[in-house]
Amino acid sequence: MLQDHAKLVSFFSECHELIGRKRLQKMIYILKKCHFPFSERYQFHFYGPYSEELTLRVQELINLGFLEEEKEKKSGYYQYRYSITDEGQKFLTHYNIEMPNMDQWIEKMKGMSSRFLELIATMLYFDNRPKEEIEEKVLSVKKKQNYTREELERAWAFIEEMNVKH
Amino acid sequence: MEYRNEQLAEEKVFKDPVHRYVHVRDKVIWDLIGTPEFQRLRRIKQLGTSFYTFHGAEHSRFNHSLGVYEIVRRILENFKEHPDWNEEERLLCLTAGLLHDLGHGPFSHSFEKVFDLDHEDFTREIILGDTNVNNILKRVHPDFPQDVADVIGKTYSNKLVVSLISSQIDADRMDYLQRDAYFTGVSYGHFDMERILRVMRPMEDQVVIKATGMHAVEDYIMSRYQMYWQVYFHPVTRSSEVILTKILHRARYLYKNNYSFKLPPLHFETFFEGKPTLEDYLKLDESIVLYYFQIWKEEDDEILSDLCNRFVNRHLFKYIEFNPNHQLEQWMELHKLFTEAGINPDYYLEVDSSSDLPYDFYRPGEDEERLPIHLLMQNDELKELSRQSEIVEAISGKKRTDHKLYYPSDFIEGLADKSRVKKRILEILEG
Repeated sequence: MLQDHAKLVSFFSECHELIGRKRLQKMIYILKKCHFPFSERYQFHFYGPYSEELTLRVQELINLGFLEEEKEKKSGYYQYRYSITDEGQKFLTHYNIEMPNMDQWIEKMKGMSSRFLELIATMLYFDNRPKEEIEEKVLSVKKKQNYTREELERAWAFIEEMNVKH
Repeated sequence: MEYRNEQLAEEKVFKDPVHRYVHVRDKVIWDLIGTPEFQRLRRIKQLGTSFYTFHGAEHSRFNHSLGVYEIVRRILENFKEHPDWNEEERLLCLTAGLLHDLGHGPFSHSFEKVFDLDHEDFTREIILGDTNVNNILKRVHPDFPQDVADVIGKTYSNKLVVSLISSQIDADRMDYLQRDAYFTGVSYGHFDMERILRVMRPMEDQVVIKATGMHAVEDYIMSRYQMYWQVYFHPVTRSSEVILTKILHRARYLYKNNYSFKLPPLHFETFFEGKPTLEDYLKLDESIVLYYFQIWKEEDDEILSDLCNRFVNRHLFKYIEFNPNHQLEQWMELHKLFTEAGINPDYYLEVDSSSDLPYDFYRPGEDEERLPIHLLMQNDELKELSRQSEIVEAISGKKRTDHKLYYPSDFIEGLADKSRVKKRILEILEG
Protein backbone atom coordinates (compact mmCIF):
# COMPACT_ATOMS: atom_id res chain seq x y z
CA MET A 1 0.00 0.00 0.00
CA LEU A 2 1.18 3.50 -0.89
CA GLN A 3 4.75 2.39 -1.43
CA ASP A 4 5.49 5.32 -3.70
CA HIS A 5 4.07 7.68 -1.11
CA ALA A 6 6.28 6.10 1.53
CA LYS A 7 9.39 6.75 -0.59
CA LEU A 8 8.50 10.42 -0.74
CA VAL A 9 7.81 10.57 2.99
CA SER A 10 11.23 9.02 3.49
CA PHE A 11 12.73 11.78 1.32
CA PHE A 12 11.00 14.50 3.34
CA SER A 13 12.10 12.83 6.55
CA GLU A 14 15.72 13.11 5.44
CA CYS A 15 15.21 16.69 4.24
CA HIS A 16 13.73 17.82 7.58
CA GLU A 17 12.52 20.92 5.78
CA LEU A 18 12.39 21.88 2.14
CA ILE A 19 11.56 25.24 0.64
CA GLY A 20 10.17 25.65 -2.87
CA ARG A 21 8.11 23.56 -5.24
CA LYS A 22 10.58 23.87 -8.08
CA ARG A 23 13.39 22.75 -5.78
CA LEU A 24 11.34 19.73 -4.76
CA GLN A 25 10.57 18.81 -8.39
CA LYS A 26 14.18 19.09 -9.51
CA MET A 27 15.67 17.30 -6.48
CA ILE A 28 13.46 14.24 -6.93
CA TYR A 29 14.19 14.24 -10.66
CA ILE A 30 17.96 14.41 -10.10
CA LEU A 31 17.81 11.63 -7.50
CA LYS A 32 15.67 9.54 -9.84
CA LYS A 33 18.13 10.01 -12.67
CA CYS A 34 20.83 8.76 -10.31
CA HIS A 35 18.81 5.58 -9.78
CA PHE A 36 17.16 6.35 -6.47
CA PRO A 37 13.92 4.38 -6.71
CA PHE A 38 11.34 7.12 -7.11
CA SER A 39 8.56 6.20 -9.49
CA GLU A 40 7.10 9.60 -10.40
CA ARG A 41 7.04 10.09 -14.14
CA TYR A 42 8.52 13.28 -15.53
CA GLN A 43 7.88 15.18 -18.72
CA PHE A 44 9.52 18.24 -20.09
CA HIS A 45 7.39 21.25 -19.31
CA PHE A 46 8.05 24.81 -20.20
CA TYR A 47 10.57 25.23 -17.40
CA GLY A 48 12.32 21.86 -17.33
CA PRO A 49 11.55 18.32 -16.17
CA TYR A 50 8.34 18.37 -14.18
CA SER A 51 6.20 15.60 -12.73
CA GLU A 52 2.50 16.12 -12.34
CA GLU A 53 2.41 12.78 -10.52
CA LEU A 54 4.77 14.23 -7.94
CA THR A 55 2.65 17.36 -7.54
CA LEU A 56 -0.43 15.22 -6.96
CA ARG A 57 1.28 12.73 -4.69
CA VAL A 58 2.64 15.49 -2.50
CA GLN A 59 -0.86 16.91 -2.26
CA GLU A 60 -2.13 13.47 -1.25
CA LEU A 61 0.48 13.35 1.52
CA ILE A 62 -0.65 16.78 2.70
CA ASN A 63 -4.32 15.72 2.64
CA LEU A 64 -3.45 12.60 4.61
CA GLY A 65 -1.69 14.70 7.23
CA PHE A 66 1.75 13.17 6.63
CA LEU A 67 3.24 16.36 5.28
CA GLU A 68 2.79 20.00 6.11
CA GLU A 69 2.86 22.71 3.46
CA GLU A 70 3.16 26.33 4.51
CA LYS A 71 2.62 29.09 2.00
CA GLU A 72 4.81 32.08 2.75
CA LYS A 73 4.64 35.50 1.22
CA LYS A 74 8.02 36.77 0.09
CA SER A 75 8.67 40.09 -1.61
CA GLY A 76 6.23 39.92 -4.51
CA TYR A 77 5.71 36.15 -4.62
CA TYR A 78 4.79 33.09 -2.61
CA GLN A 79 6.97 30.20 -1.63
CA TYR A 80 6.09 26.84 -0.13
CA ARG A 81 7.78 25.23 2.85
CA TYR A 82 7.43 21.47 3.40
CA SER A 83 8.04 19.46 6.53
CA ILE A 84 7.11 15.97 7.67
CA THR A 85 4.53 15.68 10.49
CA ASP A 86 4.51 13.28 13.45
CA GLU A 87 1.88 11.25 11.63
CA GLY A 88 4.19 11.09 8.62
CA GLN A 89 6.98 9.77 10.82
CA LYS A 90 4.57 7.20 12.28
CA PHE A 91 3.53 6.14 8.77
CA LEU A 92 7.17 5.68 7.87
CA THR A 93 7.83 3.57 10.95
CA HIS A 94 4.89 1.32 10.11
CA TYR A 95 5.89 1.10 6.52
CA ASN A 96 9.55 0.34 7.14
CA ILE A 97 10.60 1.13 3.59
CA GLU A 98 14.14 0.48 2.45
CA MET A 99 15.67 3.42 0.62
CA PRO A 100 19.34 3.86 -0.28
CA ASN A 101 21.03 6.56 1.73
CA MET A 102 20.44 9.91 0.04
CA ASP A 103 21.51 12.19 2.93
CA GLN A 104 24.63 13.63 1.37
CA TRP A 105 22.94 14.38 -1.96
CA ILE A 106 19.96 15.99 -0.29
CA GLU A 107 22.26 18.19 1.80
CA LYS A 108 24.23 19.25 -1.26
CA MET A 109 21.15 20.02 -3.30
CA LYS A 110 19.52 21.95 -0.48
CA GLY A 111 22.51 24.28 -0.63
CA MET A 112 22.00 24.97 -4.34
CA SER A 113 19.71 27.58 -5.88
CA SER A 114 16.57 26.30 -7.61
CA ARG A 115 17.86 27.97 -10.80
CA PHE A 116 20.98 25.81 -10.65
CA LEU A 117 18.98 22.67 -9.84
CA GLU A 118 16.85 23.46 -12.89
CA LEU A 119 20.02 23.56 -14.99
CA ILE A 120 21.26 20.20 -13.67
CA ALA A 121 17.84 18.59 -14.13
CA THR A 122 17.55 19.91 -17.68
CA MET A 123 21.03 18.65 -18.58
CA LEU A 124 20.13 15.22 -17.20
CA TYR A 125 16.92 15.27 -19.22
CA PHE A 126 18.96 15.31 -22.43
CA ASP A 127 21.60 12.87 -21.21
CA ASN A 128 21.09 10.51 -24.14
CA ARG A 129 22.93 13.04 -26.34
CA PRO A 130 26.62 13.92 -26.67
CA LYS A 131 27.93 16.58 -24.26
CA GLU A 132 28.09 19.43 -26.81
CA GLU A 133 24.56 18.71 -27.97
CA ILE A 134 23.28 18.67 -24.39
CA GLU A 135 24.71 22.12 -23.77
CA GLU A 136 23.37 23.42 -27.05
CA LYS A 137 19.89 22.03 -26.32
CA VAL A 138 19.84 23.33 -22.75
CA LEU A 139 20.84 26.80 -23.85
CA SER A 140 18.21 26.74 -26.58
CA VAL A 141 15.27 25.58 -24.43
CA LYS A 142 16.34 27.80 -21.53
CA LYS A 143 17.25 30.93 -23.44
CA LYS A 144 15.70 33.23 -20.90
CA GLN A 145 17.78 31.81 -18.05
CA ASN A 146 21.07 32.96 -19.63
CA TYR A 147 23.15 30.24 -18.03
CA THR A 148 26.87 31.00 -17.99
CA ARG A 149 29.78 28.75 -18.97
CA GLU A 150 30.81 28.64 -15.32
CA GLU A 151 27.36 27.36 -14.28
CA LEU A 152 27.45 24.70 -16.96
CA GLU A 153 30.88 23.53 -15.76
CA ARG A 154 29.70 23.40 -12.14
CA ALA A 155 26.63 21.40 -13.22
CA TRP A 156 28.82 18.92 -15.11
CA ALA A 157 31.04 18.53 -12.07
CA PHE A 158 28.03 17.74 -9.86
CA ILE A 159 26.61 15.24 -12.37
CA GLU A 160 30.00 13.56 -12.61
CA GLU A 161 30.26 13.36 -8.82
CA MET A 162 26.81 11.79 -8.50
CA ASN A 163 27.48 9.29 -11.25
CA VAL A 164 30.78 8.25 -9.72
CA LYS A 165 29.73 8.07 -6.09
CA HIS A 166 26.29 6.63 -6.43
CA MET B 1 7.73 18.20 -56.15
CA GLU B 2 9.36 18.00 -52.73
CA TYR B 3 7.96 15.18 -50.58
CA ARG B 4 7.23 17.76 -47.84
CA ASN B 5 4.77 19.59 -50.11
CA GLU B 6 3.41 16.62 -52.03
CA GLN B 7 -0.40 16.48 -52.02
CA LEU B 8 -2.66 13.53 -52.76
CA ALA B 9 -4.44 13.72 -56.10
CA GLU B 10 -7.71 13.63 -54.22
CA GLU B 11 -8.39 14.49 -50.60
CA LYS B 12 -8.94 11.40 -48.42
CA VAL B 13 -11.53 11.49 -45.67
CA PHE B 14 -12.14 9.25 -42.68
CA LYS B 15 -15.66 9.22 -41.28
CA ASP B 16 -15.41 10.13 -37.63
CA PRO B 17 -18.19 10.10 -35.01
CA VAL B 18 -16.73 13.09 -33.15
CA HIS B 19 -15.48 15.42 -35.88
CA ARG B 20 -17.69 14.02 -38.69
CA TYR B 21 -14.74 13.88 -41.09
CA VAL B 22 -10.97 13.72 -40.78
CA HIS B 23 -9.43 15.27 -43.90
CA VAL B 24 -6.06 14.21 -45.30
CA ARG B 25 -4.40 15.94 -48.22
CA ASP B 26 -0.68 15.68 -47.40
CA LYS B 27 1.08 12.64 -48.81
CA VAL B 28 3.36 12.47 -45.74
CA ILE B 29 0.37 12.19 -43.38
CA TRP B 30 -1.29 9.57 -45.57
CA ASP B 31 1.92 7.52 -45.70
CA LEU B 32 2.38 7.73 -41.92
CA ILE B 33 -1.17 6.47 -41.29
CA GLY B 34 -0.35 3.44 -43.43
CA THR B 35 2.72 2.36 -41.41
CA PRO B 36 2.54 -0.78 -39.24
CA GLU B 37 3.56 1.27 -36.20
CA PHE B 38 0.56 3.59 -36.63
CA GLN B 39 -1.86 0.78 -37.57
CA ARG B 40 -0.85 -0.96 -34.34
CA LEU B 41 -2.71 1.77 -32.46
CA ARG B 42 -5.96 0.17 -33.64
CA ARG B 43 -5.15 -2.62 -31.18
CA ILE B 44 -4.57 -0.35 -28.19
CA LYS B 45 -7.73 0.92 -26.49
CA GLN B 46 -7.83 4.60 -25.72
CA LEU B 47 -9.34 4.03 -22.27
CA GLY B 48 -7.66 0.78 -21.26
CA THR B 49 -9.99 -1.20 -19.00
CA SER B 50 -12.79 1.40 -18.88
CA PHE B 51 -14.90 -0.82 -21.14
CA TYR B 52 -15.66 -2.89 -18.02
CA THR B 53 -17.46 0.16 -16.62
CA PHE B 54 -18.72 1.81 -19.81
CA HIS B 55 -19.35 -0.91 -22.35
CA GLY B 56 -19.05 1.48 -25.29
CA ALA B 57 -15.52 2.51 -24.42
CA GLU B 58 -13.86 0.22 -26.96
CA HIS B 59 -12.38 3.01 -29.09
CA SER B 60 -8.69 2.96 -29.89
CA ARG B 61 -5.65 5.19 -29.82
CA PHE B 62 -5.87 5.09 -33.61
CA ASN B 63 -9.22 6.92 -33.52
CA HIS B 64 -7.89 9.45 -31.03
CA SER B 65 -4.65 10.09 -32.95
CA LEU B 66 -6.58 10.85 -36.13
CA GLY B 67 -8.85 13.12 -34.08
CA VAL B 68 -5.93 15.11 -32.67
CA TYR B 69 -4.48 15.46 -36.15
CA GLU B 70 -7.83 16.78 -37.41
CA ILE B 71 -8.13 19.35 -34.62
CA VAL B 72 -4.59 20.59 -35.30
CA ARG B 73 -5.44 20.79 -38.99
CA ARG B 74 -8.51 22.92 -38.27
CA ILE B 75 -6.58 25.20 -35.90
CA LEU B 76 -3.92 25.76 -38.55
CA GLU B 77 -6.55 26.56 -41.18
CA ASN B 78 -7.57 29.46 -38.92
CA PHE B 79 -3.95 30.51 -38.27
CA LYS B 80 -2.98 30.51 -41.96
CA GLU B 81 -3.14 34.24 -42.59
CA HIS B 82 -2.06 35.33 -39.13
CA PRO B 83 1.21 37.32 -38.95
CA ASP B 84 2.39 35.44 -35.82
CA TRP B 85 2.06 32.07 -37.51
CA ASN B 86 4.83 30.55 -39.60
CA GLU B 87 3.25 28.33 -42.25
CA GLU B 88 6.60 26.47 -42.54
CA GLU B 89 5.71 24.75 -39.24
CA ARG B 90 2.41 23.37 -40.57
CA LEU B 91 3.55 19.87 -41.52
CA LEU B 92 5.53 19.53 -38.30
CA CYS B 93 2.43 20.35 -36.23
CA LEU B 94 0.20 17.96 -38.16
CA THR B 95 2.74 15.16 -37.89
CA ALA B 96 3.31 15.69 -34.17
CA GLY B 97 -0.45 15.70 -33.57
CA LEU B 98 -0.85 12.47 -35.50
CA LEU B 99 2.07 10.68 -33.84
CA HIS B 100 1.88 12.03 -30.29
CA ASP B 101 0.60 8.75 -28.80
CA LEU B 102 2.55 6.38 -31.03
CA GLY B 103 4.48 4.80 -28.15
CA HIS B 104 1.47 3.80 -26.07
CA GLY B 105 1.55 0.13 -25.18
CA PRO B 106 -1.25 -2.26 -24.18
CA PHE B 107 -3.14 -1.12 -21.07
CA SER B 108 -0.52 1.59 -20.72
CA HIS B 109 -1.38 2.72 -17.22
CA SER B 110 -0.81 -0.68 -15.57
CA PHE B 111 1.98 -1.83 -17.87
CA GLU B 112 4.07 1.25 -17.35
CA LYS B 113 3.63 1.01 -13.59
CA VAL B 114 4.59 -2.65 -13.33
CA PHE B 115 7.47 -2.66 -15.80
CA ASP B 116 8.67 0.87 -15.09
CA LEU B 117 8.25 2.01 -18.68
CA ASP B 118 7.33 5.33 -20.18
CA HIS B 119 5.37 5.44 -23.42
CA GLU B 120 6.99 8.77 -24.26
CA ASP B 121 10.36 7.03 -24.48
CA PHE B 122 8.88 4.55 -26.94
CA THR B 123 7.22 7.31 -28.97
CA ARG B 124 10.66 8.85 -29.30
CA GLU B 125 12.28 5.52 -30.18
CA ILE B 126 9.71 4.77 -32.88
CA ILE B 127 10.19 8.22 -34.40
CA LEU B 128 13.99 8.19 -34.26
CA GLY B 129 14.73 4.45 -34.58
CA ASP B 130 14.86 2.07 -37.51
CA THR B 131 11.13 2.04 -38.28
CA ASN B 132 8.77 2.68 -41.18
CA VAL B 133 7.68 5.90 -39.52
CA ASN B 134 11.27 7.11 -39.32
CA ASN B 135 11.88 6.29 -43.00
CA ILE B 136 8.95 8.45 -44.01
CA LEU B 137 9.93 11.33 -41.74
CA LYS B 138 13.52 11.27 -43.02
CA ARG B 139 12.24 11.69 -46.57
CA VAL B 140 10.84 15.07 -45.54
CA HIS B 141 14.22 16.19 -44.19
CA PRO B 142 17.01 14.45 -42.25
CA ASP B 143 16.24 16.66 -39.22
CA PHE B 144 12.48 16.19 -39.42
CA PRO B 145 12.27 13.06 -37.17
CA GLN B 146 14.17 14.89 -34.41
CA ASP B 147 11.93 17.96 -34.77
CA VAL B 148 8.78 15.80 -34.48
CA ALA B 149 10.21 14.03 -31.42
CA ASP B 150 11.08 17.40 -29.88
CA VAL B 151 7.58 18.80 -30.38
CA ILE B 152 6.02 15.71 -28.79
CA GLY B 153 8.63 15.76 -26.02
CA LYS B 154 7.92 19.49 -25.50
CA THR B 155 11.55 20.44 -26.05
CA TYR B 156 11.13 22.07 -29.46
CA SER B 157 12.37 25.64 -29.60
CA ASN B 158 9.09 27.10 -30.95
CA LYS B 159 6.82 26.95 -27.89
CA LEU B 160 3.78 27.98 -29.90
CA VAL B 161 4.05 24.71 -31.83
CA VAL B 162 4.47 22.73 -28.61
CA SER B 163 1.47 24.38 -26.97
CA LEU B 164 -0.83 23.27 -29.81
CA ILE B 165 -0.10 19.64 -28.95
CA SER B 166 0.35 19.88 -25.20
CA SER B 167 -0.79 22.62 -22.89
CA GLN B 168 -3.82 23.14 -20.66
CA ILE B 169 -5.94 23.72 -23.73
CA ASP B 170 -4.56 21.65 -26.57
CA ALA B 171 -5.68 19.45 -29.45
CA ASP B 172 -4.97 16.27 -27.47
CA ARG B 173 -7.31 17.13 -24.60
CA MET B 174 -9.96 18.60 -26.85
CA ASP B 175 -10.14 15.34 -28.74
CA TYR B 176 -9.99 12.86 -25.89
CA LEU B 177 -12.60 14.64 -23.77
CA GLN B 178 -15.14 14.64 -26.58
CA ARG B 179 -14.23 11.20 -27.90
CA ASP B 180 -14.26 9.54 -24.49
CA ALA B 181 -17.59 11.20 -23.68
CA TYR B 182 -19.04 9.95 -26.97
CA PHE B 183 -17.91 6.35 -26.57
CA THR B 184 -18.63 6.03 -22.85
CA GLY B 185 -22.05 7.56 -23.43
CA VAL B 186 -21.79 9.99 -20.52
CA SER B 187 -23.31 13.43 -20.74
CA TYR B 188 -20.20 15.22 -19.48
CA GLY B 189 -17.23 16.05 -21.68
CA HIS B 190 -19.10 18.13 -24.21
CA PHE B 191 -18.10 21.69 -24.96
CA ASP B 192 -18.23 24.02 -27.93
CA MET B 193 -14.97 23.16 -29.68
CA GLU B 194 -15.85 25.05 -32.84
CA ARG B 195 -16.14 28.21 -30.78
CA ILE B 196 -12.78 27.59 -29.05
CA LEU B 197 -11.06 27.01 -32.39
CA ARG B 198 -12.49 30.27 -33.72
CA VAL B 199 -11.16 32.29 -30.76
CA MET B 200 -7.67 30.74 -30.60
CA ARG B 201 -4.90 33.14 -31.58
CA PRO B 202 -1.21 32.39 -32.15
CA MET B 203 1.29 34.48 -30.22
CA GLU B 204 5.04 34.45 -29.89
CA ASP B 205 5.33 31.40 -27.62
CA GLN B 206 1.80 30.21 -26.88
CA VAL B 207 -1.77 29.96 -28.10
CA VAL B 208 -4.08 32.47 -26.41
CA ILE B 209 -7.87 32.76 -26.38
CA LYS B 210 -9.77 35.87 -27.40
CA ALA B 211 -11.56 37.13 -24.29
CA THR B 212 -14.96 36.78 -25.96
CA GLY B 213 -14.43 33.01 -25.96
CA MET B 214 -13.99 32.75 -22.20
CA HIS B 215 -17.29 30.96 -21.56
CA ALA B 216 -16.49 28.24 -24.08
CA VAL B 217 -13.18 27.68 -22.26
CA GLU B 218 -14.98 27.59 -18.89
CA ASP B 219 -17.16 24.83 -20.29
CA TYR B 220 -14.09 22.94 -21.49
CA ILE B 221 -12.40 23.17 -18.05
CA MET B 222 -15.56 21.95 -16.31
CA SER B 223 -15.91 19.09 -18.81
CA ARG B 224 -12.40 18.01 -18.04
CA TYR B 225 -13.06 18.14 -14.29
CA GLN B 226 -16.21 16.04 -14.60
CA MET B 227 -14.70 13.50 -16.98
CA TYR B 228 -11.82 12.79 -14.61
CA TRP B 229 -14.03 11.98 -11.67
CA GLN B 230 -16.93 10.37 -13.51
CA VAL B 231 -15.01 8.37 -16.12
CA TYR B 232 -11.22 8.21 -15.77
CA PHE B 233 -11.16 7.58 -12.01
CA HIS B 234 -14.28 5.41 -11.87
CA PRO B 235 -13.73 2.90 -9.04
CA VAL B 236 -14.89 -0.06 -11.16
CA THR B 237 -12.28 0.77 -13.79
CA ARG B 238 -9.69 1.16 -11.05
CA SER B 239 -10.69 -2.25 -9.70
CA SER B 240 -10.05 -3.89 -13.07
CA GLU B 241 -6.71 -2.07 -13.29
CA VAL B 242 -5.77 -3.34 -9.84
CA ILE B 243 -6.40 -6.90 -11.02
CA LEU B 244 -4.52 -6.33 -14.27
CA THR B 245 -1.55 -4.98 -12.33
CA LYS B 246 -1.62 -7.96 -9.99
CA ILE B 247 -1.67 -10.39 -12.93
CA LEU B 248 1.44 -8.82 -14.39
CA HIS B 249 3.20 -8.85 -11.02
CA ARG B 250 2.28 -12.51 -10.49
CA ALA B 251 3.34 -13.62 -13.96
CA ARG B 252 6.68 -11.84 -13.57
CA TYR B 253 7.18 -13.33 -10.12
CA LEU B 254 6.54 -16.83 -11.47
CA TYR B 255 8.83 -16.27 -14.44
CA LYS B 256 11.64 -15.04 -12.19
CA ASN B 257 11.17 -18.12 -10.01
CA ASN B 258 11.47 -20.50 -12.94
CA TYR B 259 7.83 -21.52 -12.91
CA SER B 260 7.03 -23.71 -15.86
CA PHE B 261 4.25 -22.00 -17.83
CA LYS B 262 2.06 -24.28 -19.97
CA LEU B 263 2.59 -21.77 -22.78
CA PRO B 264 6.00 -20.05 -22.58
CA PRO B 265 5.29 -16.31 -22.22
CA LEU B 266 7.55 -15.41 -25.15
CA HIS B 267 5.95 -12.01 -25.77
CA PHE B 268 6.53 -11.01 -22.14
CA GLU B 269 10.03 -12.34 -21.55
CA THR B 270 12.01 -9.17 -22.15
CA PHE B 271 9.44 -7.23 -20.12
CA PHE B 272 9.90 -9.65 -17.21
CA GLU B 273 13.67 -9.27 -17.61
CA GLY B 274 13.27 -5.50 -17.47
CA LYS B 275 14.69 -4.83 -20.92
CA PRO B 276 12.00 -4.79 -23.60
CA THR B 277 13.39 -3.94 -27.02
CA LEU B 278 11.46 -1.73 -29.42
CA GLU B 279 10.72 -4.79 -31.55
CA ASP B 280 9.23 -6.67 -28.60
CA TYR B 281 7.31 -3.61 -27.51
CA LEU B 282 5.69 -3.17 -30.91
CA LYS B 283 4.68 -6.83 -31.01
CA LEU B 284 2.80 -6.71 -27.73
CA ASP B 285 -0.64 -5.23 -28.25
CA GLU B 286 -3.85 -5.76 -26.26
CA SER B 287 -5.03 -8.69 -28.36
CA ILE B 288 -1.82 -10.56 -27.46
CA VAL B 289 -2.12 -9.68 -23.78
CA LEU B 290 -5.72 -10.88 -23.63
CA TYR B 291 -4.72 -14.09 -25.41
CA TYR B 292 -2.19 -14.83 -22.66
CA PHE B 293 -4.75 -14.04 -19.98
CA GLN B 294 -7.10 -16.61 -21.54
CA ILE B 295 -4.31 -19.19 -21.50
CA TRP B 296 -3.21 -18.30 -17.96
CA LYS B 297 -6.76 -18.96 -16.73
CA GLU B 298 -5.84 -22.63 -17.06
CA GLU B 299 -2.47 -22.34 -15.27
CA ASP B 300 -1.69 -24.49 -12.24
CA ASP B 301 -0.70 -21.47 -10.22
CA GLU B 302 -3.90 -20.69 -8.36
CA ILE B 303 -3.26 -16.99 -7.95
CA LEU B 304 -2.43 -16.35 -11.61
CA SER B 305 -5.32 -18.48 -12.75
CA ASP B 306 -7.80 -16.82 -10.38
CA LEU B 307 -6.71 -13.28 -11.26
CA CYS B 308 -6.97 -14.01 -15.00
CA ASN B 309 -10.42 -15.49 -14.54
CA ARG B 310 -11.47 -12.39 -12.66
CA PHE B 311 -10.13 -10.09 -15.37
CA VAL B 312 -11.45 -11.97 -18.38
CA ASN B 313 -14.89 -12.60 -16.84
CA ARG B 314 -15.19 -9.22 -15.10
CA HIS B 315 -15.34 -10.70 -11.65
CA LEU B 316 -13.77 -7.64 -10.06
CA PHE B 317 -12.65 -6.68 -6.55
CA LYS B 318 -15.04 -4.87 -4.28
CA TYR B 319 -14.01 -1.49 -2.89
CA ILE B 320 -14.58 0.71 0.13
CA GLU B 321 -13.49 4.23 1.03
CA PHE B 322 -10.23 4.14 2.91
CA ASN B 323 -8.11 6.71 4.71
CA PRO B 324 -4.52 5.47 4.87
CA ASN B 325 -3.76 7.79 7.76
CA HIS B 326 -6.66 7.10 10.13
CA GLN B 327 -6.90 3.44 9.12
CA LEU B 328 -3.22 2.59 9.02
CA GLU B 329 -3.52 0.15 11.89
CA GLN B 330 -6.57 -1.50 10.39
CA TRP B 331 -4.60 -1.94 7.21
CA MET B 332 -1.81 -3.73 9.09
CA GLU B 333 -4.39 -5.91 10.84
CA LEU B 334 -6.15 -6.72 7.56
CA HIS B 335 -2.84 -7.74 6.10
CA LYS B 336 -2.31 -10.22 8.93
CA LEU B 337 -5.90 -11.49 8.85
CA PHE B 338 -5.75 -12.12 5.10
CA THR B 339 -2.53 -14.08 5.51
CA GLU B 340 -4.11 -16.06 8.34
CA ALA B 341 -7.11 -16.81 6.12
CA GLY B 342 -4.83 -18.10 3.34
CA ILE B 343 -5.53 -15.13 1.04
CA ASN B 344 -2.26 -13.62 -0.15
CA PRO B 345 -2.54 -9.89 0.66
CA ASP B 346 0.15 -9.00 -1.89
CA TYR B 347 -2.31 -9.93 -4.62
CA TYR B 348 -5.70 -9.53 -2.97
CA LEU B 349 -5.52 -6.37 -0.89
CA GLU B 350 -4.73 -3.01 -2.43
CA VAL B 351 -5.15 0.66 -1.72
CA ASP B 352 -5.41 2.77 -4.84
CA SER B 353 -5.29 6.56 -4.91
CA SER B 354 -6.65 8.96 -7.53
CA SER B 355 -5.91 12.66 -7.66
CA ASP B 356 -6.50 15.40 -10.12
CA LEU B 357 -5.71 19.04 -10.63
CA PRO B 358 -8.36 20.42 -13.01
CA TYR B 359 -6.67 23.71 -13.84
CA ASP B 360 -3.56 25.29 -12.46
CA PHE B 361 -1.73 28.51 -13.04
CA TYR B 362 1.20 30.37 -11.70
CA ARG B 363 1.74 34.01 -11.02
CA PRO B 364 4.95 35.79 -11.93
CA GLY B 365 7.62 34.85 -9.42
CA GLU B 366 5.92 31.65 -8.27
CA ASP B 367 7.87 28.55 -8.93
CA GLU B 368 5.17 26.67 -10.81
CA GLU B 369 5.58 24.88 -14.08
CA ARG B 370 2.27 24.80 -15.85
CA LEU B 371 1.65 27.37 -18.51
CA PRO B 372 -1.70 28.99 -17.74
CA ILE B 373 -4.45 29.72 -20.26
CA HIS B 374 -4.26 33.36 -21.27
CA LEU B 375 -7.13 35.50 -22.49
CA LEU B 376 -6.42 38.16 -25.08
CA MET B 377 -8.29 41.28 -23.97
CA GLN B 378 -9.62 43.96 -26.29
CA ASN B 379 -6.67 46.23 -25.50
CA ASP B 380 -4.27 43.40 -26.49
CA GLU B 381 -3.36 42.78 -22.86
CA LEU B 382 -3.07 39.15 -21.68
CA LYS B 383 -4.98 38.06 -18.58
CA GLU B 384 -4.69 34.69 -16.90
CA LEU B 385 -8.01 32.81 -17.18
CA SER B 386 -8.79 32.36 -13.48
CA ARG B 387 -8.40 36.13 -12.92
CA GLN B 388 -11.32 36.73 -15.26
CA SER B 389 -13.51 33.70 -14.70
CA GLU B 390 -15.08 33.11 -11.29
CA ILE B 391 -16.00 29.55 -12.25
CA VAL B 392 -12.43 28.66 -13.14
CA GLU B 393 -11.09 30.51 -10.12
CA ALA B 394 -13.29 28.33 -7.91
CA ILE B 395 -11.54 25.15 -9.05
CA SER B 396 -8.05 26.51 -9.79
CA GLY B 397 -5.22 24.82 -7.96
CA LYS B 398 -7.71 22.58 -6.13
CA LYS B 399 -6.40 19.08 -5.91
CA ARG B 400 -8.92 16.41 -5.13
CA THR B 401 -7.83 13.04 -3.81
CA ASP B 402 -9.61 9.77 -3.29
CA HIS B 403 -8.33 6.53 -1.72
CA LYS B 404 -10.07 3.19 -2.01
CA LEU B 405 -9.33 -0.25 -0.64
CA TYR B 406 -9.88 -3.16 -3.03
CA TYR B 407 -10.43 -6.77 -2.00
CA PRO B 408 -12.12 -9.98 -3.28
CA SER B 409 -15.43 -10.07 -1.41
CA ASP B 410 -16.18 -13.62 -2.64
CA PHE B 411 -13.05 -14.94 -0.89
CA ILE B 412 -14.10 -13.33 2.39
CA GLU B 413 -17.65 -14.63 2.07
CA GLY B 414 -16.22 -18.08 1.35
CA LEU B 415 -14.46 -18.25 4.73
CA ALA B 416 -16.07 -20.45 7.40
CA ASP B 417 -19.02 -18.54 8.86
CA LYS B 418 -18.05 -18.83 12.47
CA SER B 419 -14.36 -18.16 12.03
CA ARG B 420 -12.85 -15.36 14.10
CA VAL B 421 -10.84 -14.19 11.07
CA LYS B 422 -13.90 -13.75 8.86
CA LYS B 423 -15.78 -11.92 11.59
CA ARG B 424 -12.92 -9.50 12.21
CA ILE B 425 -12.24 -8.90 8.49
CA LEU B 426 -15.90 -8.05 7.95
CA GLU B 427 -15.91 -5.79 10.99
CA ILE B 428 -13.06 -3.78 9.52
CA LEU B 429 -14.33 -3.75 5.94
CA GLU B 430 -17.93 -3.00 6.80
CA GLY B 431 -17.06 -0.49 9.50
